[in-house]
Amino acid sequence: MKVKNIKHWLFHSRSGKLLTALLSVALWLIVWQLAAQRMNQHLLLPAPITVARRLCELVTTKNFWLYTLRSLLRVVGGIVTGVGIAVLVSALTAAFRPVEILLSPVITVIKSTPVASFIILAMLWIADDILPVFISFLMVFPVVWANLHTALRSIPDPYHDLSRIYRLPLGRRIRRIYAPYALPYFLSACRSSLGLAWKAGIAAEVIALPALSIGKQLNESKLYLETIDLFAWTVVVVLLSLALETLAKLAFSRLQRANDHRTTAKEEGI
Amino acid sequence: MITLQNVTLSYRNGKTVKTVLDDVSLHVPAGKTTVIMGPSGCGKTTLLRLMSGLIEPTSGNVTRETQHISYLFQDPALLPWLTAAENVNLVLTDKKETLGEAVEWLTRVGLEREANTYPSALSGGMRQRVALARALATDAELLLLDEPFRGMDEQLHADMRVLIRDCRQGKTTVIVTHDAQDAEMADCRIVFGEDKKIIIE
Repeated sequence: MKVKNIKHWLFHSRSGKLLTALLSVALWLIVWQLAAQRMNQHLLLPAPITVARRLCELVTTKNFWLYTLRSLLRVVGGIVTGVGIAVLVSALTAAFRPVEILLSPVITVIKSTPVASFIILAMLWIADDILPVFISFLMVFPVVWANLHTALRSIPDPYHDLSRIYRLPLGRRIRRIYAPYALPYFLSACRSSLGLAWKAGIAAEVIALPALSIGKQLNESKLYLETIDLFAWTVVVVLLSLALETLAKLAFSRLQRANDHRTTAKEEGI
Repeated sequence: MITLQNVTLSYRNGKTVKTVLDDVSLHVPAGKTTVIMGPSGCGKTTLLRLMSGLIEPTSGNVTRETQHISYLFQDPALLPWLTAAENVNLVLTDKKETLGEAVEWLTRVGLEREANTYPSALSGGMRQRVALARALATDAELLLLDEPFRGMDEQLHADMRVLIRDCRQGKTTVIVTHDAQDAEMADCRIVFGEDKKIIIE
C-alpha cells in the first residue's frame, strides 16, 4: 500500500514529477561526469563541473548578455513575423480557393526543403543579421498556416448559415466565430513550431555568423578548439530553449484555460 | 411573401441523381403563419432552406419579398464559447447595450436563470429555447422555424406556441413540424404526402 502511494506521488503529484525530472537530469550528469573522467581529455569531452564553472564566468560578462539578447531578438522576430503572416495568409487561402492553389506549391516547398539548404540559399540574398530571423520565420509560417487553414476550412456549416441568415458583419464573425473556433488549432501549431524555430535560428547563426550572436560564439569555440566554451554555449542554447518553451506553455495554457472555461459546463446567476 | 414556382431540387450521389423536391409550386402569404407538415425525409427542411435562400433550386424560381429573415435551425447552432445571453445578443448588436434585451428574450422563453450559462451546460430542450429566443429577438419580417418544439415537454410546448403566436401577430412565420397539434397555429398549411407531392395548401 505504501509503495503504491509513493508511486502515485512520484508520477502524479507536481512535486513528485519535479523530483523525478531532477533525478533523471542528475543521473545523466553523473553519466557525463564518469565518461569525462574516463576519457580524461578536456578537448574532446569536458566534465560537467568544468562546463558549469565556465558558464558561471560567461554570465558575468557583458558580452554574454549582449549575444544572448541579440540571438533571442532575432528568433522572436522570426516567430512573430511567421505567426502574423501565417494568420493573414490562412485567412486568404481559407476564403479564396485560387489563393490556396497559387500558394500551395510555395508552402509545400518550404515544408519539404531541408533547413540547411534554406540557410545556404538565403545567405546569397539576405544580410547575415537578418538570416536567422528569416529561418525562424520559415519554421513557424508553414505549421501555423496549415493548422489555421484547416481550422478555418472546417468551421461547421451551421455557423456559416447563422452568419448568412443574420447577415453578421465580418468583424463580428471574426471575433465571435472564426477566432474562437480556430484558437485551439493556433495554439497547438505555435507549441509545436516554437522549439523548432529557436533551434533553426541558432543553426542559421552558426552558418551565417552574424556579429553579436550565440551562433558565432559556438562557431568560434569550435574553430579555436575551445570545447569547454562550445559546451557552455550549447548549455545556454538548451536552457533558453527550455525557458522559451516554458514561457510559451504558460501563456498558451492561460489562453487555452480561458477558452475551456468558456466552453465547459458553468452556471452562474445573472 | 414567398413564392416557389416549379421548384425542383436534386443532387448527384455517385452515379445516381436524388430528387428531394420535384416541381413544387406554392405561395406563403405575408402576415400569416404557415405550417409545413409531412413524414420525415419528405423535404420539409430543404423547403425551408430554399425559402431562406441558403440553398438554390436546381430548376424553378424562389422569390422573397424581404431579406430581413430569422431562422431557427434544426441544429440550434449555438456557439459553445458564448453564454446563452451572448448567443442571443450576437444577432442583435453584440454590444453591452443590448445584452439586457437578450436576457429579456431568454426570460420570455423561461431561461432567465440560464442567461450566463454556456450551451454545454444546457439540456437539448433548453438549447432549443435559446435558439428560439435568438430567432424571435431580431423581430424579422420573415421567421422560419424548423422543428422549434423539439425536446420540450407538453407544457413548455404549449407555452412556446403561445409565445410565438403573440410575438408574430401580423408577421410572416413558417413552421416545419411533425406534430399535428401544431397545425392549430396555422393560418395556412402545407402538407407533404408520402409521394413527396404537396397534397393540401
